[in-house]
Amino acid sequence: MKILTEHIEVPGIETIDVYRKHGGYQAVEKALKKMTPDEVTEEVKKSGLRGRGGAGFPVGMKWSFLAKPEGVPRYLVCNADESEPGTFKDHYLMWKSPHTLIEGMIVSSFALGANTSYIYVRGELMYVIHILEKAIQEAYDKGLLGKNILGSGYDLDLYVQSGGGAYICGEETALLESLEGKRGNPRNKPPFPAVKGLWQCPTVVNNVESIAATSWIVNNGGDAYAQIGIGRSTGTKLISASGHIRKPGVYEIPLGITVEDFIYSDEWCGGIREGHKLKAVVAGGSSVPILPAEMILTTASGEKRLMTYESLSDGGFATGTMLGSGGFIVMDETTCIVHNTLTFARFYHHESCGQCSPCREGTGWMDKVIKRIELGHGRKEDIDLLVDVAKKIEGNTICPLGDAAAWPVAAAIRHFRDEFEWHIEHPELATQPGAVYMRPGASWSN
Amino acid sequence: MEGKNNIVFPAETLELVKKIIARYPEGKQKSALLPILHLAQAEWKWCSPEVMDYVASLLSIKAVEVYEVASFYTMFHLEPVGEHVIEYCRTGPCCLMGGVEVYDHLKKRLGVETGGTSADGKFTVKEVECLAACGWGPVFQIREKFYMHLTKEKVDQIIDELGK
Repeated sequence: MKILTEHIEVPGIETIDVYRKHGGYQAVEKALKKMTPDEVTEEVKKSGLRGRGGAGFPVGMKWSFLAKPEGVPRYLVCNADESEPGTFKDHYLMWKSPHTLIEGMIVSSFALGANTSYIYVRGELMYVIHILEKAIQEAYDKGLLGKNILGSGYDLDLYVQSGGGAYICGEETALLESLEGKRGNPRNKPPFPAVKGLWQCPTVVNNVESIAATSWIVNNGGDAYAQIGIGRSTGTKLISASGHIRKPGVYEIPLGITVEDFIYSDEWCGGIREGHKLKAVVAGGSSVPILPAEMILTTASGEKRLMTYESLSDGGFATGTMLGSGGFIVMDETTCIVHNTLTFARFYHHESCGQCSPCREGTGWMDKVIKRIELGHGRKEDIDLLVDVAKKIEGNTICPLGDAAAWPVAAAIRHFRDEFEWHIEHPELATQPGAVYMRPGASWSN
Repeated sequence: MEGKNNIVFPAETLELVKKIIARYPEGKQKSALLPILHLAQAEWKWCSPEVMDYVASLLSIKAVEVYEVASFYTMFHLEPVGEHVIEYCRTGPCCLMGGVEVYDHLKKRLGVETGGTSADGKFTVKEVECLAACGWGPVFQIREKFYMHLTKEKVDQIIDELGK
């Protein structure tokens, strides 16, 4: 079942003619000519679509919070600042099929009553920005953007905004600050963007994949979307698969397949690379807890773990993780968990905006302490120190970057403490090139 | 309008600047800052104080508003750079695919450390965080182009090609 990527490999799908030939822009026709904005919102609510950027908050509900004071413009801003390590699905979708996002932007903007919308794309993807701008021009030329779209009386201007290289701008209030031409410092909430967002006007910020899914929902109905998936994990999800698998890439899965199938089936990742075995997975982007092989495949209660919001988080952080952004990073037995954790700690240290002391200082501490462990200068008390620092960041910052920085460190120690200890106790071994700690009796799953 | 040291965009770029400012409501022209800094960097290779002052004048904002923004975002070079700036991803997924070894090779080949510029002025090497291309790693970027699935051999080819 493919909703977003059904035609993604069709040659020329990035052009409006080919895109339309494959059913493109039908949702715009239907929504603008046959539905009211509230009806579109109602279908999105019924679909159970949840925010695909990582938080998983119901999209329809987020829309319903949008304040609608008379005479004040409202904005839809698409969050295409994809920067969570392990995640490259939005990049892929916009690059291959820009009209899929543009169609969703028109439908969603109509539902929200926005007459100006922005797609905020991370600046590193400048080539994707050019692709989007070309596609937007095509849509203007065909009367799908601009004044009185398809004679419906609805006006929409759509612009692409480039970021400047800052992970924090994926946080919605930081993104809005950035879009206002400022540093990407997250705002205190409340007020939420739905009340005071872009230029203090009511604003909805949604991820690329969330917005792109609304076209299919308009075409087929929210109920049809909710039929796909399991429970509160409805629809399909783009999973960015990277690391030690046979077939890295972006896959659109119906939510609810097993993790085992996703890793080993030829339809998806195709298994672990030749001659190697699964050691660990980061299932939802760098910020979610890493899990060892046995825990990612099976829940604590012995059931096969599924690719759903609920199943992946089953067991809480003790034995579970999160679906997050769907950045699925697979590691085989050659992976040094300490080094991998170091790259994440360094990432968050670099990307902390510096506003909140626990995050600004704490990410630096974690980076520094893990680095010295990795380099063979670790101290016995360092592991507990890391746990302590992570705890003191978590929940004590304006935005979730603090949590995102704390979780991967805490989880790596929770599940791979012996690797950290080995680095500290045997620096002469741990600092050999390619050295990886082998847990006694470890039987990494096939 | 003209900045110090004859810093001024070509007419064509000035037209584009006008169009970009028109994307935002009246009085919100500061929103154009990041897009215009990108244009400025494309024009002058790096964001010198003079370039940033010029950008401030185009947007009728204070120079410090440009400095504080340019220094926040990693894409803007606040020091002179070589002809080609190699921005190399150092984050987890690329490292899993051998990114560290390839990076060491690149630095050795160019005879530079991170942040340095090769003796011939052709290449500056910078470490950057995740470029959202994890399934195609290791990756680096030069301007708008992504170089993916890097190996030592591939790096040599790229350097040979661009170094001519």
